[in-house]
Amino acid sequence: MDLIEVKNLFKIFGKHQKKALELIKKGYTKKQIMEETGQTIAVNNVSFKVKAGESFVVMGLSGSGKSTLIRCLNRLIEPSSGTIIVDGKDVTSMDQSELQDLRRKKISMVFQSFAVFPHKTVLENAGYGLKIRGLTQDERDKKACEALELVGLKGWEDSYPSQLSGGMQQRVGLARALATEPEILLMDEAFSALDPLIRKEMQNELLELQNKMNRTIVFITHDLDEALKLGDRIALMKDGAIVQIGTPEEILMSPATNYVEKFVEDVDRSRVLTAEMVMKKPTAVVIFPKDGPRVALHSMRENGISSVFVVDKERHLQGLVMAEDALKAVENNQKDLETILQSDIPSVLPDTPLKDIFTFLSGKSVPLAVINEEKKLLGVIVRGSVMAKLAEGGTVND
Amino acid sequence: MINFVIPLADWVNAIFEIVSFYISPVLRSLSSFLEIIIKWFETVLLWPPEAVIMIVIGLIVWRLAGKRLAVFAVAGLLITFGLQVWEETMTTIVLALSGTAVSLLFGIPLGIIASQNDMAERILRPILDFMQTLPSFVYLIPAVMFFGMGKVAALVATMIFAMPPAVRLTNLGIREVSREMVEAARAFGSNKWQTLIDVQLPLALPTIMAGINQCIMMSLAMTVIASMIGAGGLGLVVLESMQMLDIGMGTVGGAGIVILAIILDRLTENITKKQELSKN
Repeated sequence: MDLIEVKNLFKIFGKHQKKALELIKKGYTKKQIMEETGQTIAVNNVSFKVKAGESFVVMGLSGSGKSTLIRCLNRLIEPSSGTIIVDGKDVTSMDQSELQDLRRKKISMVFQSFAVFPHKTVLENAGYGLKIRGLTQDERDKKACEALELVGLKGWEDSYPSQLSGGMQQRVGLARALATEPEILLMDEAFSALDPLIRKEMQNELLELQNKMNRTIVFITHDLDEALKLGDRIALMKDGAIVQIGTPEEILMSPATNYVEKFVEDVDRSRVLTAEMVMKKPTAVVIFPKDGPRVALHSMRENGISSVFVVDKERHLQGLVMAEDALKAVENNQKDLETILQSDIPSVLPDTPLKDIFTFLSGKSVPLAVINEEKKLLGVIVRGSVMAKLAEGGTVND
Repeated sequence: MINFVIPLADWVNAIFEIVSFYISPVLRSLSSFLEIIIKWFETVLLWPPEAVIMIVIGLIVWRLAGKRLAVFAVAGLLITFGLQVWEETMTTIVLALSGTAVSLLFGIPLGIIASQNDMAERILRPILDFMQTLPSFVYLIPAVMFFGMGKVAALVATMIFAMPPAVRLTNLGIREVSREMVEAARAFGSNKWQTLIDVQLPLALPTIMAGINQCIMMSLAMTVIASMIGAGGLGLVVLESMQMLDIGMGTVGGAGIVILAIILDRLTENITKKQELSKN
């Protein structure tokens, strides 16, 4: 279901918006309109949809209109033309009280500058939206406390924001936004003012929170790494227009324009690719305890490999058998794999980023097992396939 | 021969005559209202024994601004008692504080209106400029014309003189509240009124307090000038000493005013500081 639908949105700054809109329809460029009428086009014919529960990242450099765009969604900035549908209702035609209701219940916002109120305690800050909604002191304190606990600020309720670090202040901002239990969370460069370490931490925590709460998030950033990390889908903005919308992988692997290509050029592919994307289906496995060393050896010969994974009937990974060990076992006339089974072998989860996989692969000749949380064997990573995938990405960029 | 004359004085006189004719009933009731306030306030300060007043003021100052200023306030009042200008000092306090109260009563709401509405600000600004740059003596004339000689006229002149900083700094303080704060308030669905009460006014408070401080200081200054139209108090001591070239008496009156000025100034300053400290 589409929770947010934006259609042909324009925002023009200046006193002659209508004239500028006419010129846009005639096909004038942003620069020509600036020269002709002195009007700045901040958002230029933007359309997109955001599904419920989705993390939608709008990415662009400063001046690309992304902050204006996000403010149009709750009409902190009045759009010049176009429609914005949130949960089936047209935001652009709402009157003041409907709009306030929307902001009190449905959409809340986190700001780059934190914008926590310095004259209110952490608890009062977190409960601000609830106060505006008209909840009693007890109700809002209860919900605000829950929100503060969620962002890890339990015990700081009575402090003032000036006593908190930047990262903690933004947690207050996040708690304030979460306390109203909104369906939609607008995050305007929410982590950009934080130092890199804290930013990473906050990103991870947001992902965790998102796992639990499953809100719809519209996240603005100028940082591609952040966009790739947080976004289910990413919209790339340039000069007020969206140049490409897609999943992180689509954006990286097939940039729509030169602009996107330039943008993603610097991204280290190994951070984007995950184990799942480079693994192969295991060509051969032996079943424990059914199969013996002979079957294992046969299977290895057949597939031209020097080791083979051992699983049980439900495909739970048991370990690995090396060719030389299997050979010895056959010579000694052993019947089962028990003595030669190496159960202490490295394995990774499917969403492990490639950069973390390198450490497993370096210097070892054994393949890496990819397993899910129930330890079921999903795939195999060998060094060759990783290199191939990296190289393949490289050709797209050139 | 060029005979270019602007009869401003005549115009103003004519206008005042008309205005005073039509609004004099309103002014009379306003005048009696103000008079009651002043009388009541004066009685409160002058009826009990001096020591009681000193202790009460000392305690109030202690509560609001701490021990040091409280000690200074009591010592200062003791000096005015010793200088035998106790009654005059109390009268001046009454005039300065009621002048401030009335100024703030009008000034702060006007400042809030100006901060919310650019048009209102544009209209108010020249009026405030006019009020502030006009020599303070000039206020005395219409005040006397409308209210007659006495404390009410003095109070009105004080109010007009002391109101501009309250209006200006309230307006400035609210307008200076950062856009992000206002935006955040709006983003959570605050209407204008909620934004004002919950965010803008509290954040503008230090600036508004500075306005209140200036307002008090200007009220105090005006009570001296207003002694010419029957304000009485320490101003009268100064005025009389001037007429008689009595340096000694002038010094006594001046000292009383300085003591009051210091107490009131530090008091408002410390209140502001205390508020800010509680947040750090």
